[in-house]
Amino acid sequence: MIQLTINGQPQYFNNPLNLQQLLEHMLLQNKRIAVELNGEIIPRSQFTEQTLSNGDQLEIVVAVGGG
Amino acid sequence: MDDFIVAGKHYSSRLLVGTGKYKDFNETSAAIEASGAQIITIAIRRTNIGQSPNEPNLLDVLPPSRYTLLPNTAGCYSADEAIRTLRLARELLDGHSLVKLEVLGDPRTLFPNVVETIKAAEILVKENFQVMVYTSDDPIIAKQLEEIGCVAIMPLASLIGSGMGILNPWNLQIIIDNTKIPVLVDAGVGTASDATIAMELGCDGVLMNTAIAAAQNPILMASAMRKAVESGREAYLAGRMARKPYSASPSSPIEGTLPAQSQ
Repeated sequence: MIQLTINGQPQYFNNPLNLQQLLEHMLLQNKRIAVELNGEIIPRSQFTEQTLSNGDQLEIVVAVGGG
Repeated sequence: MDDFIVAGKHYSSRLLVGTGKYKDFNETSAAIEASGAQIITIAIRRTNIGQSPNEPNLLDVLPPSRYTLLPNTAGCYSADEAIRTLRLARELLDGHSLVKLEVLGDPRTLFPNVVETIKAAEILVKENFQVMVYTSDDPIIAKQLEEIGCVAIMPLASLIGSGMGILNPWNLQIIIDNTKIPVLVDAGVGTASDATIAMELGCDGVLMNTAIAAAQNPILMASAMRKAVESGREAYLAGRMARKPYSASPSSPIEGTLPAQSQ
Protein backbone atom coordinates (compact mmCIF):
# COMPACT_ATOMS: atom_id res chain seq x y z
CA MET A 1 0.00 0.00 0.00
CA ILE A 2 1.26 3.48 -0.80
CA GLN A 3 0.25 6.79 0.67
CA LEU A 4 0.12 9.95 -1.43
CA THR A 5 -0.67 13.42 -0.10
CA ILE A 6 -2.88 15.14 -2.67
CA ASN A 7 -3.69 18.80 -2.08
CA GLY A 8 -2.86 18.29 1.56
CA GLN A 9 -5.06 15.21 2.03
CA PRO A 10 -3.62 11.70 2.56
CA GLN A 11 -4.89 9.14 0.02
CA TYR A 12 -4.09 5.41 0.04
CA PHE A 13 -3.64 3.08 -2.93
CA ASN A 14 -3.23 -0.69 -2.94
CA ASN A 15 -1.03 -0.87 -6.01
CA PRO A 16 1.74 1.30 -7.42
CA LEU A 17 0.49 3.68 -10.09
CA ASN A 18 1.68 6.39 -12.42
CA LEU A 19 0.44 9.97 -12.53
CA GLN A 20 -1.84 9.38 -15.51
CA GLN A 21 -3.51 6.46 -13.70
CA LEU A 22 -3.98 8.60 -10.61
CA LEU A 23 -5.64 11.38 -12.62
CA GLU A 24 -7.92 8.82 -14.30
CA HIS A 25 -8.82 7.45 -10.88
CA MET A 26 -9.68 11.00 -9.77
CA LEU A 27 -11.67 11.61 -13.00
CA LEU A 28 -9.29 14.45 -13.84
CA GLN A 29 -7.88 13.06 -17.07
CA ASN A 30 -8.11 15.57 -19.93
CA LYS A 31 -9.15 18.32 -17.52
CA ARG A 32 -7.43 21.69 -17.52
CA ILE A 33 -5.12 21.13 -14.56
CA ALA A 34 -1.47 21.52 -13.66
CA VAL A 35 0.38 19.11 -11.38
CA GLU A 36 3.27 19.61 -9.00
CA LEU A 37 4.99 16.53 -7.55
CA ASN A 38 7.22 17.11 -4.51
CA GLY A 39 7.61 20.74 -5.54
CA GLU A 40 8.42 20.06 -9.21
CA ILE A 41 5.97 20.79 -12.01
CA ILE A 42 5.28 17.71 -14.13
CA PRO A 43 4.55 18.59 -17.77
CA ARG A 44 1.39 17.00 -19.17
CA SER A 45 3.47 15.06 -21.69
CA GLN A 46 5.16 13.17 -18.83
CA PHE A 47 2.06 12.09 -16.90
CA THR A 48 2.20 8.50 -18.17
CA GLU A 49 5.88 7.92 -17.47
CA GLN A 50 5.79 9.61 -14.05
CA THR A 51 5.60 6.87 -11.43
CA LEU A 52 4.37 7.70 -7.94
CA SER A 53 6.01 6.48 -4.74
CA ASN A 54 4.97 6.16 -1.14
CA GLY A 55 5.08 9.55 0.57
CA ASP A 56 4.83 11.66 -2.59
CA GLN A 57 3.26 15.08 -2.21
CA LEU A 58 1.06 16.23 -5.09
CA GLU A 59 -0.60 19.53 -5.79
CA ILE A 60 -3.25 19.62 -8.50
CA VAL A 61 -4.46 23.09 -9.47
CA VAL A 62 -7.13 24.61 -11.70
CA ALA A 63 -8.08 28.09 -12.85
CA VAL A 64 -10.81 29.73 -10.80
CA GLY A 65 -12.42 33.16 -10.82
CA GLY A 66 -10.23 35.85 -9.31
CA GLY A 67 -9.33 39.50 -9.53
CA MET B 1 -6.04 53.43 -33.72
CA ASP B 2 -5.50 54.20 -30.06
CA ASP B 3 -4.57 50.67 -29.02
CA PHE B 4 -3.48 49.60 -25.57
CA ILE B 5 -0.16 47.84 -26.07
CA VAL B 6 1.30 45.59 -23.40
CA ALA B 7 4.16 43.14 -23.87
CA GLY B 8 4.06 43.92 -27.60
CA LYS B 9 0.44 42.87 -28.08
CA HIS B 10 -2.32 45.27 -29.14
CA TYR B 11 -5.73 45.50 -27.46
CA SER B 12 -8.61 47.81 -28.33
CA SER B 13 -9.98 47.73 -24.77
CA ARG B 14 -8.25 49.52 -21.90
CA LEU B 15 -10.50 47.92 -19.31
CA LEU B 16 -9.14 44.75 -17.70
CA VAL B 17 -11.46 42.79 -15.46
CA GLY B 18 -11.30 40.07 -12.86
CA THR B 19 -13.47 36.97 -12.83
CA GLY B 20 -14.03 36.58 -9.08
CA LYS B 21 -17.04 37.13 -6.81
CA TYR B 22 -19.73 36.49 -9.45
CA LYS B 23 -22.90 34.55 -8.61
CA ASP B 24 -22.20 31.90 -11.25
CA PHE B 25 -20.39 31.38 -14.54
CA ASN B 26 -23.33 32.78 -16.53
CA GLU B 27 -23.08 36.08 -14.72
CA THR B 28 -19.28 36.02 -15.07
CA SER B 29 -19.36 35.61 -18.82
CA ALA B 30 -22.24 38.09 -19.34
CA ALA B 31 -20.46 40.77 -17.28
CA ILE B 32 -17.17 40.24 -19.08
CA GLU B 33 -18.91 40.40 -22.43
CA ALA B 34 -20.60 43.69 -21.43
CA SER B 35 -17.30 45.14 -20.19
CA GLY B 36 -15.67 44.62 -23.57
CA ALA B 37 -12.51 43.52 -21.74
CA GLN B 38 -9.99 41.45 -23.67
CA ILE B 39 -7.60 40.75 -20.81
CA ILE B 40 -9.14 38.99 -17.82
CA THR B 41 -7.55 37.85 -14.60
CA ILE B 42 -7.92 34.37 -13.15
CA ALA B 43 -6.70 32.76 -9.94
CA ILE B 44 -4.94 29.40 -9.50
CA ARG B 45 -6.25 27.15 -6.75
CA ARG B 46 -6.13 23.53 -5.61
CA THR B 47 -8.79 21.46 -7.35
CA ASN B 48 -11.55 20.04 -5.13
CA ILE B 49 -10.79 16.35 -4.68
CA GLY B 50 -13.83 14.27 -5.44
CA GLN B 51 -15.67 17.06 -7.23
CA SER B 52 -18.22 16.08 -9.82
CA PRO B 53 -16.36 15.43 -13.08
CA ASN B 54 -19.00 17.39 -14.96
CA GLU B 55 -18.58 20.52 -12.90
CA PRO B 56 -17.89 23.35 -15.36
CA ASN B 57 -14.39 24.78 -15.48
CA LEU B 58 -13.76 28.52 -15.71
CA LEU B 59 -11.62 27.98 -18.80
CA ASP B 60 -14.57 26.36 -20.61
CA VAL B 61 -16.61 29.52 -19.99
CA LEU B 62 -13.76 31.94 -20.76
CA PRO B 63 -11.65 30.16 -23.37
CA PRO B 64 -8.03 31.26 -23.84
CA SER B 65 -8.77 31.37 -27.58
CA ARG B 66 -11.11 34.31 -26.98
CA TYR B 67 -9.53 36.17 -24.06
CA THR B 68 -6.00 36.93 -22.94
CA LEU B 69 -5.97 35.25 -19.56
CA LEU B 70 -3.93 36.93 -16.89
CA PRO B 71 -3.22 34.47 -14.07
CA ASN B 72 -2.71 36.27 -10.78
CA THR B 73 -1.02 35.48 -7.50
CA ALA B 74 -3.82 36.74 -5.29
CA GLY B 75 -3.55 35.30 -1.81
CA CYS B 76 0.25 34.92 -1.95
CA TYR B 77 2.17 36.50 0.93
CA SER B 78 5.73 35.71 -0.17
CA ALA B 79 7.83 35.83 -3.33
CA ASP B 80 8.22 32.03 -3.21
CA GLU B 81 4.46 31.37 -3.16
CA ALA B 82 3.87 33.85 -5.98
CA ILE B 83 6.59 32.34 -8.18
CA ARG B 84 5.32 28.80 -7.53
CA THR B 85 1.77 29.85 -8.42
CA LEU B 86 2.81 31.45 -11.70
CA ARG B 87 4.97 28.51 -12.74
CA LEU B 88 1.91 26.30 -12.28
CA ALA B 89 -0.18 28.84 -14.22
CA ARG B 90 2.27 28.72 -17.10
CA GLU B 91 1.97 24.92 -17.23
CA LEU B 92 -1.83 25.14 -16.92
CA LEU B 93 -2.06 27.63 -19.80
CA ASP B 94 0.39 25.87 -22.15
CA GLY B 95 3.38 28.16 -21.75
CA HIS B 96 1.47 31.45 -21.49
CA SER B 97 3.81 34.06 -20.00
CA LEU B 98 1.76 37.24 -19.38
CA VAL B 99 0.94 37.27 -15.66
CA LYS B 100 -0.24 39.53 -12.85
CA LEU B 101 2.12 39.52 -9.88
CA GLU B 102 0.76 40.58 -6.54
CA VAL B 103 2.34 39.77 -3.19
CA LEU B 104 0.26 40.80 -0.23
CA GLY B 105 1.57 42.00 3.09
CA ASP B 106 -1.46 41.97 5.36
CA PRO B 107 -4.73 40.01 5.21
CA ARG B 108 -6.79 42.84 6.71
CA THR B 109 -5.84 45.58 4.24
CA LEU B 110 -4.44 43.40 1.41
CA PHE B 111 -1.73 46.04 1.11
CA PRO B 112 1.09 44.85 -1.16
CA ASN B 113 4.41 43.74 0.32
CA VAL B 114 6.68 45.63 -2.06
CA VAL B 115 9.90 43.99 -0.81
CA GLU B 116 8.60 40.51 -1.67
CA THR B 117 7.03 41.88 -4.87
CA ILE B 118 10.42 43.15 -6.06
CA LYS B 119 12.09 39.83 -5.17
CA ALA B 120 9.47 37.88 -7.10
CA ALA B 121 9.57 40.25 -10.08
CA GLU B 122 13.35 39.82 -10.43
CA ILE B 123 13.07 36.04 -10.61
CA LEU B 124 9.98 35.96 -12.83
CA VAL B 125 11.52 38.35 -15.37
CA LYS B 126 14.64 36.11 -15.50
CA GLU B 127 12.32 33.15 -16.18
CA ASN B 128 10.85 35.05 -19.15
CA PHE B 129 7.50 35.84 -17.61
CA GLN B 130 5.91 39.08 -18.79
CA VAL B 131 5.01 40.62 -15.47
CA MET B 132 2.20 43.10 -14.91
CA VAL B 133 2.80 44.06 -11.32
CA TYR B 134 0.40 45.20 -8.62
CA THR B 135 2.07 47.61 -6.24
CA SER B 136 1.54 50.51 -3.88
CA ASP B 137 1.38 54.04 -5.29
CA ASP B 138 5.01 54.68 -4.33
CA PRO B 139 6.77 56.21 -7.37
CA ILE B 140 10.20 54.93 -6.32
CA ILE B 141 9.03 51.31 -6.06
CA ALA B 142 7.22 51.74 -9.38
CA LYS B 143 10.47 52.89 -10.99
CA GLN B 144 12.38 49.94 -9.56
CA LEU B 145 9.78 47.50 -10.88
CA GLU B 146 10.07 49.09 -14.31
CA GLU B 147 13.87 48.82 -14.21
CA ILE B 148 13.65 45.14 -13.27
CA GLY B 149 11.82 44.57 -16.55
CA CYS B 150 8.12 44.36 -15.66
CA VAL B 151 5.81 45.06 -18.62
CA ALA B 152 3.21 47.13 -16.75
CA ILE B 153 3.03 48.92 -13.40
CA MET B 154 -0.32 48.60 -11.63
CA PRO B 155 -0.57 50.80 -8.55
CA LEU B 156 -3.57 50.67 -6.26
CA ALA B 157 -5.97 53.61 -6.23
CA SER B 158 -7.25 52.44 -2.83
CA LEU B 159 -7.42 49.07 -1.06
CA ILE B 160 -8.44 45.94 -3.01
CA GLY B 161 -12.20 45.51 -2.90
CA SER B 162 -12.73 48.75 -0.96
CA GLY B 163 -14.44 50.74 -3.71
CA MET B 164 -12.98 53.88 -2.17
CA GLY B 165 -11.90 55.35 -5.50
CA ILE B 166 -8.73 57.28 -6.26
CA LEU B 167 -7.36 58.50 -2.97
CA ASN B 168 -4.05 59.94 -4.13
CA PRO B 169 -4.21 61.16 -7.73
CA TRP B 170 -0.94 63.07 -7.24
CA ASN B 171 1.10 59.95 -6.59
CA LEU B 172 -0.52 58.25 -9.57
CA GLN B 173 0.34 61.30 -11.67
CA ILE B 174 4.00 61.10 -10.63
CA ILE B 175 4.10 57.39 -11.50
CA ILE B 176 2.47 58.03 -14.88
CA ASP B 177 4.88 60.88 -15.65
CA ASN B 178 7.97 58.85 -14.65
CA THR B 179 7.10 55.54 -16.32
CA LYS B 180 7.70 54.48 -19.91
CA ILE B 181 5.74 51.21 -19.76
CA PRO B 182 1.94 51.10 -19.29
CA VAL B 183 0.53 52.21 -15.94
CA LEU B 184 -2.84 50.80 -14.91
CA VAL B 185 -4.89 51.51 -11.82
CA ASP B 186 -5.47 48.14 -10.20
CA ALA B 187 -7.73 48.06 -7.16
CA GLY B 188 -9.93 50.59 -5.47
CA VAL B 189 -12.30 51.64 -8.24
CA GLY B 190 -15.86 51.81 -6.88
CA THR B 191 -17.93 53.30 -9.65
CA ALA B 192 -17.68 54.57 -13.22
CA SER B 193 -16.41 58.06 -12.40
CA ASP B 194 -13.41 56.56 -10.56
CA ALA B 195 -12.39 54.74 -13.73
CA THR B 196 -12.83 57.91 -15.77
CA ILE B 197 -10.68 59.91 -13.37
CA ALA B 198 -7.92 57.29 -13.58
CA MET B 199 -7.97 57.48 -17.37
CA GLU B 200 -8.09 61.29 -17.37
CA LEU B 201 -4.93 61.29 -15.29
CA GLY B 202 -3.25 59.46 -18.15
CA CYS B 203 -3.39 55.87 -17.01
CA ASP B 204 -3.09 53.39 -19.87
CA GLY B 205 -5.84 51.22 -18.45
CA VAL B 206 -7.82 50.19 -15.41
CA LEU B 207 -8.12 46.73 -13.86
CA MET B 208 -11.11 46.02 -11.65
CA ASN B 209 -13.19 43.16 -10.29
CA THR B 210 -15.30 44.01 -7.24
CA ALA B 211 -16.67 47.29 -8.63
CA ILE B 212 -18.45 45.23 -11.30
CA ALA B 213 -19.10 41.96 -9.46
CA ALA B 214 -20.45 43.59 -6.30
CA ALA B 215 -22.72 46.08 -8.11
CA GLN B 216 -26.47 45.49 -7.73
CA ASN B 217 -26.53 44.85 -11.49
CA PRO B 218 -23.06 43.64 -12.48
CA ILE B 219 -23.81 43.46 -16.19
CA LEU B 220 -25.05 47.05 -16.36
CA MET B 221 -22.06 48.20 -14.28
CA ALA B 222 -19.71 46.35 -16.65
CA SER B 223 -21.19 48.34 -19.52
CA ALA B 224 -20.87 51.57 -17.50
CA MET B 225 -17.21 50.80 -16.82
CA ARG B 226 -16.50 50.19 -20.50
CA LYS B 227 -17.91 53.63 -21.33
CA ALA B 228 -16.19 55.26 -18.35
CA VAL B 229 -12.78 54.01 -19.44
CA GLU B 230 -13.38 55.04 -23.06
CA SER B 231 -14.68 58.42 -21.94
CA GLY B 232 -11.73 59.09 -19.65
CA ARG B 233 -9.29 58.04 -22.35
CA GLU B 234 -10.87 60.37 -24.92
CA ALA B 235 -10.89 63.26 -22.44
CA TYR B 236 -7.20 62.60 -21.71
CA LEU B 237 -6.34 62.55 -25.42
CA ALA B 238 -8.49 65.64 -26.09
CA GLY B 239 -6.62 67.57 -23.39
CA ARG B 240 -8.78 69.31 -20.86
CA MET B 241 -9.11 73.11 -20.67
CA ALA B 242 -6.94 74.93 -18.17
CA ARG B 243 -8.40 75.37 -14.70
CA LYS B 244 -9.13 79.08 -14.08
CA PRO B 245 -10.58 79.31 -10.61
CA TYR B 246 -10.87 83.14 -10.49
CA SER B 247 -11.45 84.12 -14.10
CA ALA B 248 -14.92 83.27 -15.26
CA SER B 249 -15.42 83.38 -19.01
CA PRO B 250 -18.93 83.32 -20.48
CA SER B 251 -19.66 80.82 -23.20
CA SER B 252 -21.96 83.21 -25.06
CA PRO B 253 -20.80 86.46 -26.75
CA ILE B 254 -20.78 89.63 -24.64
CA GLU B 255 -21.36 91.85 -27.67
CA GLY B 256 -24.95 92.45 -28.67
CA THR B 257 -26.50 91.88 -25.27
CA LEU B 258 -29.62 93.99 -24.76
CA PRO B 259 -29.22 97.17 -22.73
CA ALA B 260 -30.81 97.43 -19.30
CA GLN B 261 -34.26 99.00 -19.64
CA SER B 262 -34.78 102.31 -17.87
CA GLN B 263 -37.91 102.30 -15.64
